[in-house]
Amino acid sequence: MKTKSWNKNWTNNAITYGMVIAAYLIVQVMVNTGNISSLMKGLLVPLCMYVILAVSLNLTVGILGELSLGHAGFMCVGAFTSAVFSKCMQSVIPNTFVCFLFALLVGAAAAAVCGILIGIPVLRLRGDYLAIVTLAFGEIIKNIMNAIYLGKDSKGLHFSLKNAAALNLEEDGEMIIKGAQGITGTPKVSTFTIGVVLVLITLFIIINLVNSRTGRAIMSIRDNRIAAESVGINITKYKLLAFTISASLAGVAGVLYAHNVSSLTALPKNFGYNMSIMILVFVVLGGIGNIRGSIISAVILTLLPELLRGLNNYRMLIYAIVLIAMMLFNSSPKMIEFREQLAEKWKKKPAQKKEA
Amino acid sequence: MSFVSYLINGISLGSVYAIIALGYTMVYGIAKMLNFAHGDVIMMGAYVIFLAVSTMGMSPLVGVLAAVVVCTLLGMTIERVAYKPLRGASPLAVLITAIGVSYLLQNIALLLFGANTKAFTSVVGVPALRLAEGQLVISGETMVTIVSCIVIMVGLTTFIKKTKAGQAMLAVSEDRGAATLMGINVNGTIALTFAIGSALAAIAGALLCSAYPSLTPYTGAMPGIKAFVAAVFGGIGSIPGAMIGGILLGVIENLSKAYISSQLSDAIVFSVLIVVLLVKPTGILGKKINEKV
Repeated sequence: MKTKSWNKNWTNNAITYGMVIAAYLIVQVMVNTGNISSLMKGLLVPLCMYVILAVSLNLTVGILGELSLGHAGFMCVGAFTSAVFSKCMQSVIPNTFVCFLFALLVGAAAAAVCGILIGIPVLRLRGDYLAIVTLAFGEIIKNIMNAIYLGKDSKGLHFSLKNAAALNLEEDGEMIIKGAQGITGTPKVSTFTIGVVLVLITLFIIINLVNSRTGRAIMSIRDNRIAAESVGINITKYKLLAFTISASLAGVAGVLYAHNVSSLTALPKNFGYNMSIMILVFVVLGGIGNIRGSIISAVILTLLPELLRGLNNYRMLIYAIVLIAMMLFNSSPKMIEFREQLAEKWKKKPAQKKEA
Repeated sequence: MSFVSYLINGISLGSVYAIIALGYTMVYGIAKMLNFAHGDVIMMGAYVIFLAVSTMGMSPLVGVLAAVVVCTLLGMTIERVAYKPLRGASPLAVLITAIGVSYLLQNIALLLFGANTKAFTSVVGVPALRLAEGQLVISGETMVTIVSCIVIMVGLTTFIKKTKAGQAMLAVSEDRGAATLMGINVNGTIALTFAIGSALAAIAGALLCSAYPSLTPYTGAMPGIKAFVAAVFGGIGSIPGAMIGGILLGVIENLSKAYISSQLSDAIVFSVLIVVLLVKPTGILGKKINEKV
């Protein structure tokens, strides 16, 4: 019995990994044969980023069962710290790839630290209150990033929340973060291959976590907090662990983003609550707690507005209608009943034929 | 004197937040859902007034009335089409649907009215009040906003306390199952709540755009989120809570803009919310929920 369920798990995970690798190979072939538009090419790295974000948010929403609306905030932390690191270390570490690897670690670590700091107070709250506080944290992070001025000269780093002049930089000084204008000139090293490798690493971390003793403890908190507590599971520890891992993976997505754009700014569009909500939409549409579903819905929902580009102004309207229709179809109790009836009819028909 | 004027402006902004927050809090209390599309109903209301007053040349009062009617119908339609089929579904599914409705309204406005900013003419005809030899000027918009907030507050409390429909709302928010058993029309009550919330949103849209006269399809989003924060701040589900939360939020926002930093004012507002929730996890006037095993 035990080996059977283990086998089932194994095939299930193999399909998930295989799907990503197969998609990667197909895209590579298409790129090499020139069968892909430049628009699509530009979308490949963001696609990886969205998949990482969706899968990591699924850990908080699906596995831990807490609604978080501040995921973009962690991404923002990862993006900015790694971009600052890359800009400072560009001259010290000559190899751009090695530099990127370190930037990746720095970004993930910074987002993880942020996750712990925010998680300790926030995870005491429940349900909608937790959601609104994470939303508030995301907005605070975005707001602060918009107000920071950071510069570097021979004396070291200078920091201000007011304006560029308050930094008192020397002649040879260089501005790194220019307030609302953000960071410009980060080395563009993110590629589709790096993105896919990061997606696979994210999947590896989350799938292994879910199938481990720790993962089962986390899921038991989701299913019944009081029962989990009564069998001796340390609620705070496991909640914080899942939240931090999720935050740090969002940071990784942020690093990928920061090294893919020429100028990094904390706009509401890319790091505001709208972004967090969009990631949540991926997770919910893909199926809460279903990792593979998150990947598929992230890819489809990112491509959908681009595929509808020919419809110009109507594309976001159609996106909204599709979103509402899919939610009604998926979750409405009447619809679920209707689908079940349909499935029953489908099953009966072949059975009747056999009898005849 | 400048402090007093910042304070009064803060109370005025807070009154707008409070009116929006009332819509959030009533819907949350009764349907137990976060109506993310509420901010966009405000925007729609403002566009209706803009069309009626600036394009068709109607009087401002008629414009506001038209907006109230349109928003009420809009709110009830949204509830009927998008939220009612999901009654009994998981709260997350309803939340995502509400987000979908929010996108839909924004994009309808974008298609109908275009992306460029419209200059909104104030619907308030009251002249500004000059006090202390002209040192303190209170604009007509400010006075009307504060007065209408108080009127709405008193009216709504009386409605809920004195009328049968108001009592039904209270009963549904306490315990939906028991209310059904007592013969209360739950679906009708929820529809009524959406109608009242959306009518308030139209008024809030008129007041908001009179004070800050630039109108785009995204005008409603940020005030919507802020008002939602205000509702949580005061204890979501509580009507006086929404009022207190809204006004506190407006005052904090305006004072921090004036004295600390205009860029960080949002961060300060949200930080205060977090501190309040950590001390009182259900908001200032929220009820404590006891968990049963």
